[in-house]
Amino acid sequence: MSEFLGLAYFAEVPAVLFDVQRAGPSTGMPTRTQQSDLFATAYASHGDTKHVLLFPSTPKECFEMGAQAFDLADRLQTPVILLTDLDLGMNDNVSEPLEWDDSRQYDRGKVFSAEQLDAMTERFGRYVDMDNDGICYRTFPGTHPKKGAFFTRGTSRDEYAVYTEDGDVYVRNMERLLRKFETAKEYVPAPEITPAAETTSEGVLFFGTSADATREALDMLSGEGIHLDAMRIRAFPFSREVEDFIANHERVFVVEQNRDGQLRKLLIIECEIDPKKLALVRHYNGMPITARNISRQIRQLKGGATVTKIRRKVG
Amino acid sequence: MTYIRPNFRHPDLPSNELGYTRQEYEGSLSTLCAGCGHDSVSAAIIQACYEIAVPPHKVAKISGIGCSSKTPTYFLGQSHGFNSVHGRMPSVATGANLANRDMVYIGVSGDGDTASIGLGQFGHVARRNLNMLYIVENNGCYGLTKGQDSATADVGSASKKGVPNPYESIDLCTTALQMGATFVARSFSGDKQQLVPLIKAAISHSGFAFIDVISPCVTFNNNPQSTKGYEYVREHMAATGKMDFVPVRQEITAEYEPGYAREVTLHDGSVIHLYKQGNDFNTQDRNEAVRAIQNHKEKGEILTGLIYLDPDCSDFHELQSTVKKPLRDLNEDDLCPGGRALQAINANLR
Repeated sequence: MSEFLGLAYFAEVPAVLFDVQRAGPSTGMPTRTQQSDLFATAYASHGDTKHVLLFPSTPKECFEMGAQAFDLADRLQTPVILLTDLDLGMNDNVSEPLEWDDSRQYDRGKVFSAEQLDAMTERFGRYVDMDNDGICYRTFPGTHPKKGAFFTRGTSRDEYAVYTEDGDVYVRNMERLLRKFETAKEYVPAPEITPAAETTSEGVLFFGTSADATREALDMLSGEGIHLDAMRIRAFPFSREVEDFIANHERVFVVEQNRDGQLRKLLIIECEIDPKKLALVRHYNGMPITARNISRQIRQLKGGATVTKIRRKVG
Repeated sequence: MTYIRPNFRHPDLPSNELGYTRQEYEGSLSTLCAGCGHDSVSAAIIQACYEIAVPPHKVAKISGIGCSSKTPTYFLGQSHGFNSVHGRMPSVATGANLANRDMVYIGVSGDGDTASIGLGQFGHVARRNLNMLYIVENNGCYGLTKGQDSATADVGSASKKGVPNPYESIDLCTTALQMGATFVARSFSGDKQQLVPLIKAAISHSGFAFIDVISPCVTFNNNPQSTKGYEYVREHMAATGKMDFVPVRQEITAEYEPGYAREVTLHDGSVIHLYKQGNDFNTQDRNEAVRAIQNHKEKGEILTGLIYLDPDCSDFHELQSTVKKPLRDLNEDDLCPGGRALQAINANLR
């Protein structure tokens, strides 16, 4: 699968994948839940790759993001992976009624028609960045008898899809793909921010099926006088709002259901954040995360410094 | 040595019934070794497409990875092409064919691509009867990585610097037959008279058409100890019988050799004439085809020509009952049941 994801990233082929995450690694606990495929999907395949990820939280959001993923994949000409998990994918859930806007049009992205090809005076180039947003125009096979044909390949190629191993041309293309990933930030679902009832210097970040438990934990903690601004991340790449939220707080708790703190590390890598700013709240035994667990860990992290001091005196 | 090909063509160059010259079916200049069998296969594809007058832009070329998979660049330069992942050409071809059933799909693969890493996909594309031409350019070795034996190398066959291969070979025609392919043929890159009509018939066949073309690797596997070299194959070929292909459009005007033993009409109305020869057998009997391949192999012969054909099969789209319109052209009106239908689904879940 990773090999094809690398091909789709490099050759710029739209694709939509659903990953219902369960407890790994390997076959792991195949009937238990986890949020542990962020690393496997965000940079899937060899070489420098990055993929667009969406993180639905509810059945309704799975439906909406499912439709949106197809538009995004066509618009960005790259794979879009929806990361849900077994908690959401297999358990019964109460859902808001699903809604559909009948005036909605599919976004098929930048595809040249035969008429547009006829009107072109310059040579068609599959990988020419005409709009300077990193996204180029493509054609469907069989569109025009004389114009628009190109060769899709996983090998390096120039702007006209012709094979090349010219290092400068290769770098130019790789830089354009980065530009495209920047453009993706404008298209992916924005994070959902919920300010605390009182002004605070601390926040909490979470995604997917950690949402309900985290919100419940925030209620419990606010009753104890611990107030946290909350942000639910809904997509990768992380938008400006995600970076600003972290920048505007002294400490941010990152709630996730995996051993290694994959979201936290992805934030550190992609947004160049000081690791000390992000405190990991993790749970990964295969059972859905609970509010009691989250609130307990946050309480411990907040009081952790005091505990350490006492131990030093004793030792 | 120069690799520049002159652009000049004689102004009176003949054209096919669509007005295309043969030149318009050509691709870029090949970068394979001089004398490579694969270039002859490319030339045969060009000739076949020119003769059956398929519009170049209505053909899609798909390949995997390897020397053979490089060749789609060298034919049909006005067609879309896709050089995909090692052994995974069938899944890309399946996707493309599902998106637009109105195109001709030509898949080019190699013995390394198909018989090793791609063996799983090969079986499934055959049994699904995807409407495509699947050509294997079979040289018994991995030419792109200096000639290691592939899974189609015969027991005892040795490449230029190799030792005799100890493993049983995979016969791709037998595999295709057992997996349910509806058109199975074998040919030799050095036998254009046989290969061109086979390609024409395979393109016209509406279903999975497989041609295993023995295509010698001149650099690594064309020595006397190899059973995939030019000399060996020429001396050990046994044809099932000569065949003609008569496209439906040319039936009235073209002249064909009389005396054919059997006539097979394809879905699109084109006709295959089979001439009786020493090795003639019933090309519509799957079991007989498997036996014939095996019998010839035991005699040290390579059976070539049309081996099996089911002219009345249903292709993948028919088996799936998909709509006639290319799926990629379906829009909101065709696909989206709308908000009202969704409300009914919501109501059912309450």
